[in-house]
Amino acid sequence: MYVPDRVRPPAFHAQRSALKNSVSHRKIAMKLVRLAAAALIGLCLSGMGHAGQTFDTVKKRGFVQCGVSTNLPGFAFTDSKGEWQGIDVDTCRAIAAAMFGNATKFKVIPLTTQARFTALQSGEVDVLTRNTTQTMSRDTTLGLIGVGVNFYDSQGIMVTKDANVSSAKNLAGATICVLPGTTTELNLTDWFRGLKQSFKPVLLDTVDEIKRAFAAGRCDGITMDKSQLALARIAFGNTDKYVILPEPLSKEPLGPMVRQGDEAWFNVVRWSLNALLEAEEYNLTSKNVDEIAKGSIPPNIQRILGTSPGMGKGLGLDDKWAYNIIKQVGNYGEMFDRSLGAGSPMKLDRGLNALYTKGGLMYGWPIR
Amino acid sequence: MSSHHRAPLKFSWNNPEFRALAYQFVVVGLAALLAYYLVSNTLHNLATRNIATGFAFLEREAGFAIGESLIEYSPSDTYARAILVGLANTLRVSAVALVLATMLGVIVGIARLSSNWLVARLASAYVELIRNVPLLLQLLIWYAVIGELLPGPKAAFHPLPGIYLSNRGMLMPSVDGPAVTGILWGLVLAAIAIFAVSRWQRARRRQTGVPARLWPIALTFVLLMPTVGWLLGGREFHLSIPHRSGFNFEGGWALSPELFALLVGLVTYTAGFIAEIVRAGVQSVSHGQWEAAQTLGLPRSRVLRLVILPQALRVIVPPTTSQYLNLVKNSSLAVAIGYPDLVSVVNTVLNQTGQAIEGVLIIMAAFMTVSLTVSLLMNWYNKRIALVER
Repeated sequence: MYVPDRVRPPAFHAQRSALKNSVSHRKIAMKLVRLAAAALIGLCLSGMGHAGQTFDTVKKRGFVQCGVSTNLPGFAFTDSKGEWQGIDVDTCRAIAAAMFGNATKFKVIPLTTQARFTALQSGEVDVLTRNTTQTMSRDTTLGLIGVGVNFYDSQGIMVTKDANVSSAKNLAGATICVLPGTTTELNLTDWFRGLKQSFKPVLLDTVDEIKRAFAAGRCDGITMDKSQLALARIAFGNTDKYVILPEPLSKEPLGPMVRQGDEAWFNVVRWSLNALLEAEEYNLTSKNVDEIAKGSIPPNIQRILGTSPGMGKGLGLDDKWAYNIIKQVGNYGEMFDRSLGAGSPMKLDRGLNALYTKGGLMYGWPIR
Repeated sequence: MSSHHRAPLKFSWNNPEFRALAYQFVVVGLAALLAYYLVSNTLHNLATRNIATGFAFLEREAGFAIGESLIEYSPSDTYARAILVGLANTLRVSAVALVLATMLGVIVGIARLSSNWLVARLASAYVELIRNVPLLLQLLIWYAVIGELLPGPKAAFHPLPGIYLSNRGMLMPSVDGPAVTGILWGLVLAAIAIFAVSRWQRARRRQTGVPARLWPIALTFVLLMPTVGWLLGGREFHLSIPHRSGFNFEGGWALSPELFALLVGLVTYTAGFIAEIVRAGVQSVSHGQWEAAQTLGLPRSRVLRLVILPQALRVIVPPTTSQYLNLVKNSSLAVAIGYPDLVSVVNTVLNQTGQAIEGVLIIMAAFMTVSLTVSLLMNWYNKRIALVER
């Protein structure tokens, strides 16, 4: 039966407040406060940033973590056996060969354009070998730094032959499909602004959707790096139906990027790239490097192959660091042929990517 | 009654009220400390890695073009303006989709309860199919279908002069100029006036029984107010008729296939869910209401409209609020089919400037504002239709 409070005897209230004041309540409250404080302190300690040395971390870990494209023929793709191939992946192999003497000590982490920089900034990958254009804003605002160029490209526009257009200057009012959030998008806009013409962009966030929309006629043209346009044209199957317009919309020096503040690691990546170029210039290939090492060799090749000691010490690596790269990955020419050139379905010309001695831009810095 | 009298707060640990306050103080303090620690740690880490912070990037030049926008925009405008364009696009597609989804949802929901076997089965099939396919997939299918079905601009359908239908969108003649804004404002004011007059007439009929005809007054307003607007606007407007020019069309107003596919996808998807909610609401009204209304001689359609739906609304409105919020958030899938909504534009900005945290904060703030506004309005409506019991 319901008994209102004012009818209950005073002792009842006293008992209730005594229970409330009992020690068990206070104990629980104190436990909670201590737990919260401990969690806070734990968080503080774990918050020590990744500003440590990447070189030491990678050395201790035993393999290099590279960020690459999700699926870009010629640069980073999985072959029929499920192995990662492409010149970006081979660049990663070269870094691993230099660090550990074993080109298989690497792990590939595929990244989209939207995740690529955050992954490198946060330490999820050690180096970004992801056909990334080296630009000033990427060097100065992201806390990252470009290391070098492993592929010189330029942006182009591809249209159908039926459009009867022979120059990218005659595309006023056209609809162009492009990937959002890329320098490609910015360069396209700058191109039309420079010509004072208008155009309609259609932003689709995967290359596959762009190719589909172009094939279905939704856009009059697509714009990507010229190498990717050539690959897309091959993928369409009917290469005669499409025309890559000659004007370059921009310069696209593609290469690896690392975090700022890490000079030891930066040097390893940069000089791995240079070793690839030096090897090609002096005709050292994965097949002949052993023979050449045995014979009498000029001093500059001695320095590259490590037969004259001392070159590896400055990098913190074994003296045979460049020998390992050449033996296990090859020189730049072999890398290019394997993934993009004559030895691959793409059959791209060396073009700008030829050695400077053959009229291209590839110029390795001397290893001395 | 004396034990209910509030005792003054004694600052003693033995006083339960004081203890409660003290604990709350400590917890709030700890939460504030945690928040302060997280923010300052993030800022410190960003600074040591030379990553730019702050919202100063909003004043930099955008440098990228946006496919369609409600407000004036050119690539030389700031990032802030680009984000506003994205927000306007999101609001536009959300508003239209909300209205259409509600209409379609109500129709399908009631169709499912129909006594016509075919209609009911068709509605069931629609609901079951739509609810079980992921929305992203539906959007991609709609976009691909529209892209494949419609011809290129050279072979566009041309049913009426000035109207073209192709895979670049549906183009229609448009009018522009100050007189047009005048006409639009006139129509808006006419709508408000008609609404107010109809409410006044209904109240007067309830009190005095005097019937009134609305249509003469409505007609006068609809004719009069836009004309006044047109006169005030200076009587000049430009008619813009689309015509083929180069690669695309010049002039007119275009409904792009991206916007159309997004609308169709969002509307059909959300309507499937709203249909089920409406069905639940109608079934929640006790059968006695149907019988009583029918004994009054009302046909089934008027029973539904005048007796059942007003009572069913109490069950329908709260879950429908959730569906509306889902629709607004689902509009962010536009990035997969190329419609430049808020998330797509901020993603681009995020990539170009590298400031991921600020970009995500902007998206969160925008969506929270829109969602809270929608749910506020729906809660106000919910309270209004609530059954007030004595």
